[in-house]
Amino acid sequence: MRRHGFVAGFLLLPVALYLVFVISPYAQAFQIALTDWRGVSANLNFVGLDNFERMFGDDTFWQAVRNHAVLLVTLPVLTIALGLAFAYLLSDSAGTPGARVYRVIFFLPQVLAVAVVGVLFKAVYRPDASGVINGGLARLGIEPVGWLTDQNLALWSIIAVMVWQAVGFYVVLFSAGMAAIPREVFEAAALDGAGRLRTFFSITLPLVWDTVQVAWVYLGIAAFDAFALVNVLSMEQGGPDGATSVLATEIYKNAFGYSRFGYASALGVALFFLTLTFAALTMRVTRREKVVY
Amino acid sequence: MLRKIRIHQVGIQLVLALWALLIVAPLLWTLLASFKSNAEIFGDALQLPGELRWDNWARAWERANVGRYLLNTVIVVFFGVAGTMLLSSMAAYVLARYRFPGNRLVYYLFVSGMAFPVFLALVPLFFVVDGLGLLNTHLGLVLVYVAYSLPFTVFFLTSFFRALPDAVAEAAMIDGASHTRTFFQVMLPMAKPALVSLTIFNVLGQWNQYLIPLVLLPGDKDLWVITQGIADISTIAGYEADWPGLFAALSMTVLPVVLIYIVFQRHIQSGLTSGALK
Repeated sequence: MRRHGFVAGFLLLPVALYLVFVISPYAQAFQIALTDWRGVSANLNFVGLDNFERMFGDDTFWQAVRNHAVLLVTLPVLTIALGLAFAYLLSDSAGTPGARVYRVIFFLPQVLAVAVVGVLFKAVYRPDASGVINGGLARLGIEPVGWLTDQNLALWSIIAVMVWQAVGFYVVLFSAGMAAIPREVFEAAALDGAGRLRTFFSITLPLVWDTVQVAWVYLGIAAFDAFALVNVLSMEQGGPDGATSVLATEIYKNAFGYSRFGYASALGVALFFLTLTFAALTMRVTRREKVVY
Repeated sequence: MLRKIRIHQVGIQLVLALWALLIVAPLLWTLLASFKSNAEIFGDALQLPGELRWDNWARAWERANVGRYLLNTVIVVFFGVAGTMLLSSMAAYVLARYRFPGNRLVYYLFVSGMAFPVFLALVPLFFVVDGLGLLNTHLGLVLVYVAYSLPFTVFFLTSFFRALPDAVAEAAMIDGASHTRTFFQVMLPMAKPALVSLTIFNVLGQWNQYLIPLVLLPGDKDLWVITQGIADISTIAGYEADWPGLFAALSMTVLPVVLIYIVFQRHIQSGLTSGALK
């Protein structure tokens, strides 16, 4: 009996808190998505799938989805490629001098708040010679570039910041994976006359494939977020003209800007299913025979 | 042969140094800009400040409220992480080591929380917190931080507690220690490595949170946390034309984090990445 009291006593507070602040909002979100609630009336007025119908006819929604599609491909590809390359160059078997210091520096952006990084890069990207990049370009006699104001560049400028911040984390992650590969494997490859590139693609990569898969899922989930950066860094939270809009900023704007709580929740439901589909697909596609060593 | 290796090494060093420069340059530039005058900031970006203008820092600290924002963040993160660690380890311990009806259900309830994007909960969360009268309070923010940190922390700690040997807990119980005492005095100390990693993970996660405070502390600026504050100062800098103040505020925010990171970098790196490898 004392045992049961103990179990209940230990679970009570965490479970209660979790039900109130996490589970109940998630459950309510699906319900609110079917209403035209604007936060004033006490009763919910159900409108069926109206919000979803409106969403599918809304160009802003599709623009955000397109941006997510771009993010979903470029963010993982660039980050993983750079992360793997750096991890390989910094691994013990490469014997690069200063590897430890590089690893510390590369990881650094990871501990900075995304919102703070956003503000920082606003100055880096400034459209005249007072911006760090354009100031450098000016010295070379190149006209300033509108990194965040140019319709075709803005999203890429934001992706660059995401990659800038993320790479170090994956360098450390992949380094840990590479360190777990036994030395003899590399020695054997060297004896067989395999060069650096060959060793990387035939030995290192297959042996850290599990970690790459984890990285892909993490970065994919990050590609569905991007809220803080877009909100702080882009023009007009998603501009110019929707070029950098993402679902998260649309949800925030619709809910807390225009009080369209029903529609915002419908966008949330769409985001949830997109994330879920992505996670399920990745698990299926990247699954491979596990290499045992 | 030797020559070839040399050239190779130089190339590698160049690539690595270039990326290191890309990381450090914006941070260093911000620090330098915090000493510049407005005119210097709008001049050539690659120019050094004419003198060390500490008054920029004083202005950011006092007028722009950076001191207040940092203090608020410390308070919220302290209680948020303490609550997260205490409640998570209690729940995880019971879920890992006691058989009772509903054990699996509760466990999967917690774990499923990792699959949902927080944006989905945003609207109802706002009204739940508002309904409890906790909107624009630090208590509300702390409770929400704890609740949203639970899924991952419980998941991670459950697997850790499961792996601990049974013999020690059994010995303590035979010696007459209660369940509660066994947990706090015997089992919790044994979980120290996992607790350290998760504490680091949660401190960084909650320190860097931007979306939730934006939604739950929309009113009184005196309650704001640092991420909200910096984003706001960045907007204000536009029409008050106090750019040096913005860079001083940024430097004040970034510098302590960088220093703490350099001191504890080993722990921080493993704390953040170990979660991904589980």
